[in-house]
Amino acid sequence: MSMIFTIASREFKSLFLSPLAWTVLAILQCILAYLFLTQVETFTLIQPKLATIEGAPGLTDIVVTPLYGNAGIILLLVTPLLTMRLICEERRNKTLPLLLSAPISNADIIIGKYLGLLGLLLLMILLITLMPLSLLMGGELDIGKLAANLLALLLLVIAFTATGLFMSTIARHPTVAAMGTFGILLLLWILDWTTGMKDQRSELFEYLSILRHFQNLQSGLISSVDIIYFLLFTATFILLSIRSLDNERLQK
Amino acid sequence: MANLIAAEHLCRYYGRYCAVNDVSFTLAKGEVLGFLGPNGAGKTTTMQMLCGNLAPSSGQITINGFDLLDQPQLAKRSLGYLPDTPPLYKDLSVQEFLHYCAQLHGIAKNSIAHAINKAKERSGLMDVSHRLIANLSKGFQQRVGIAQAILHNPDVIILDEPTVGLDPIQIREIRALIRELGQDHGVILSTHILSEVQESCSHVQIIHQGRLILNESIAGLNLYMNTGSLQVTTRLKPDTNVLLAIPGVSSIENIANNQIIIHHSVANDPIRHIAETIIAEGWELQELMPLKKSMEDIFIALTMDSNS
Repeated sequence: MSMIFTIASREFKSLFLSPLAWTVLAILQCILAYLFLTQVETFTLIQPKLATIEGAPGLTDIVVTPLYGNAGIILLLVTPLLTMRLICEERRNKTLPLLLSAPISNADIIIGKYLGLLGLLLLMILLITLMPLSLLMGGELDIGKLAANLLALLLLVIAFTATGLFMSTIARHPTVAAMGTFGILLLLWILDWTTGMKDQRSELFEYLSILRHFQNLQSGLISSVDIIYFLLFTATFILLSIRSLDNERLQK
Repeated sequence: MANLIAAEHLCRYYGRYCAVNDVSFTLAKGEVLGFLGPNGAGKTTTMQMLCGNLAPSSGQITINGFDLLDQPQLAKRSLGYLPDTPPLYKDLSVQEFLHYCAQLHGIAKNSIAHAINKAKERSGLMDVSHRLIANLSKGFQQRVGIAQAILHNPDVIILDEPTVGLDPIQIREIRALIRELGQDHGVILSTHILSEVQESCSHVQIIHQGRLILNESIAGLNLYMNTGSLQVTTRLKPDTNVLLAIPGVSSIENIANNQIIIHHSVANDPIRHIAETIIAEGWELQELMPLKKSMEDIFIALTMDSNS
């Protein structure tokens, strides 16, 4: 357990030694702040009209939900770039033997690496969450819905990171890992689109679609089906990563 | 005294290519085992298998009584490994890197500082401890790799070509360090330099094309080396048949028109006889130089041995 923490904290600190983490944090914050401000602007424009409608969407619906939705899409692009190095770069720099010959299990290595990177992504989510929270200064928010959005984004990120980790474990080159992760995630993201057409609904595709589960949670409907989907998704890819690192000893 | 390492019938295939074929050996405390072989002989593969980085296709490895496959974490606890490329995180400083290694090897928090200082002192890193590893020269990076391997005071230290890229003074220091480590640890060291083995090892193993062709103490190795070579340059072309007739001369190689290499046995040293013959025949001796034994000579001797 302490080994997991050791590896995770090393990974987390190493991220900040390169400009990568700082750049990603800055750019992400910049783009989302712009989107956030546009949404706030929209809200102030249509607010008078909304006041006349019974049961109209509130501040949370107009500002917070799109913000987290956009954050999800941007993270779909960013996570592969962050995860691609995790194991792949260790292998390329020949530092993997250091971990493999130390008295730690492969599960420690994988989970440690995973948690280390997750730390950075949690920091991102925290920074994103500060934006809607700032609205509390001048308005009222539906805290329950904000929490649901936060949970949705958290679950989304743990699933994205696990996928990226797995691709980084099996790929020989970081860009291949990034492309692979992006491909899998985008495919699962858009899987739902085709089922909408021609009234042909595939329940399997609907279940597999990340977007559907994400939106369900975002709408404030916290159902165990969606939560379990994300947890299963994450656990599967972490287990696959551990298996694949075990196989490292066998192949070549 | 129990063996620190016992390797039994190790085999390793890469696809259909057999890199290591039925290698068995043991290592006891206080031994420095030199693993000698030309490039591609299977040295690194064997070391990777010993360190749990590579699973053997068949065979068994026990380290300090723990099977590497069944109890990998207990077995690896007594292992310090320097791979052929030192595993360094280039964006850390030496101090940070060693601290991380100490944590990985589960050194107790209150003794980490002491362990790091000792390792730095032993590998001569005191002056560079706060510099980034990326900025260090190759020799210093190699030393950081060695420091990392001896940091947790493991029973077994495995060094894959530890003196590559070092300057002669550093090489001497590292060899002294290896001898010192060999007193209360078991050390395995791979190299393709014969003198390195003769200087710092107590035992030697020669591996060739994946097979162990010699497993001896250093004294045993010297027995295998009782052949010598002479490089002879004359002004006129010598008649090799006359020279071959001299007792003690085993073979003659032509390398240039007037230059030959004479292989002879040490027990019945024919050097004087050769010189006298050349002068008496009037070939005008210009140069007569004993050649240092190279690995190839030993291989030739060994492979000829196994053929006969």
